[in-house]
Amino acid sequence: MTAMCDVAFLLLSFFILATKFKPPEALSVTTPSSVSSKIAPEKNVVMITMDRDGKVYFSVSDANHPEKKDIIDEINTSKNLGLTDAEKKNFSNNPSAYIGVPFSMLKSYLDKTPDQLKGINLPGIPCQDSTNNELVDWIRAAVQVSAGGGFNGGHMNLLVKGDDAAKYPSFQGVIIAFKKNDQLKFQLVTNPVAAPPGSELDKVQKAAGNKVAE
Amino acid sequence: MAEMDTSGGGGHKKGPGVKKSKKLSTRVDLTPMVDLGFLLITFFIFTTTMSQPTAMKLNLPKDTQKPEEQNKLKESAALTVMPSKGDMVYYYEGLDPSKIQTSTFKKNAIRDVILDKKRRTDPKDFMVIIKPTKDATYKNTVNILDEMKIDDVKRYALVDITPDEYKFVAATEQANGIK
Repeated sequence: MTAMCDVAFLLLSFFILATKFKPPEALSVTTPSSVSSKIAPEKNVVMITMDRDGKVYFSVSDANHPEKKDIIDEINTSKNLGLTDAEKKNFSNNPSAYIGVPFSMLKSYLDKTPDQLKGINLPGIPCQDSTNNELVDWIRAAVQVSAGGGFNGGHMNLLVKGDDAAKYPSFQGVIIAFKKNDQLKFQLVTNPVAAPPGSELDKVQKAAGNKVAE
Repeated sequence: MAEMDTSGGGGHKKGPGVKKSKKLSTRVDLTPMVDLGFLLITFFIFTTTMSQPTAMKLNLPKDTQKPEEQNKLKESAALTVMPSKGDMVYYYEGLDPSKIQTSTFKKNAIRDVILDKKRRTDPKDFMVIIKPTKDATYKNTVNILDEMKIDDVKRYALVDITPDEYKFVAATEQANGIK
């Protein structure tokens, strides 16, 4: 009994220390797995999320309040949306805010409080065809903010986080949006898995003394 | 467990009229504590995220119209793979899409195809062209990009599928009854 109790509490303290709570994500996405072992960046991130229906969302990492403000300002002026300060703040001051609506709906979307948004089915940012690709404008705004010294002096990380079940055309729309802004380097968020034993990569990794491959 | 000796010293007999002091046990019932402990353990086991998400780098070529900036590709060294619906992969060697063949993500079938082609080709010319169809999922796309890394393919490109190629894929799918 005593021994079991000891083990139990040892485990308990281990898990308490090792745990890192997932931030409550409004968008649930199951990412595909890859052999990549590079940890995804957490700062200066511009994240494009694709959900299982292929809808596209735009968000900026929590820590980057000023950049968020600049991006929404930029979109507001370039698209003449007439957003009020309160509406802009709704995006820039909310750490888990993401955009999932076309420009035409942006004003009414930002009027809503997070509680009101629960359970609402958002249409996503239109980007599936190249004629009406609004994601291009969002990326352009982010690139401009980055070029103007935002994101810690232009260190913007473009991340794509897609659901397993999202169809390729959504991803293609995202790629088109990147290409139109000359953003040719980006990263895909994945779940890590080990290289299959006996494969070429496995041999390379073993030869390199199990050095972390990028 | 820790236990105090509460019995009187020497057990000497008390005289008549002396009240016997109650013996209080200092043993604590540990069961609730252990219960709570295991409850917390299960809670933390379920909520913990042990592995951080990783990121896979992807670089795209710049779209260019100028022929001198475009990459040259030897016909014999090219392998085009087209992931499509139902986790199927269609592929052909060279530049003739009518020579389409069928493979799948299951049981590493596509890995064998890529490695086989790699073995037969000059490493400096070998190139894999990835053209996911509109029915391919994002998972298929990432899997095939991952496959490039697993098979140590140095040159590969993610390109849009041509209508001609899609015609052959659709025809093969219909022939095989994949919906």
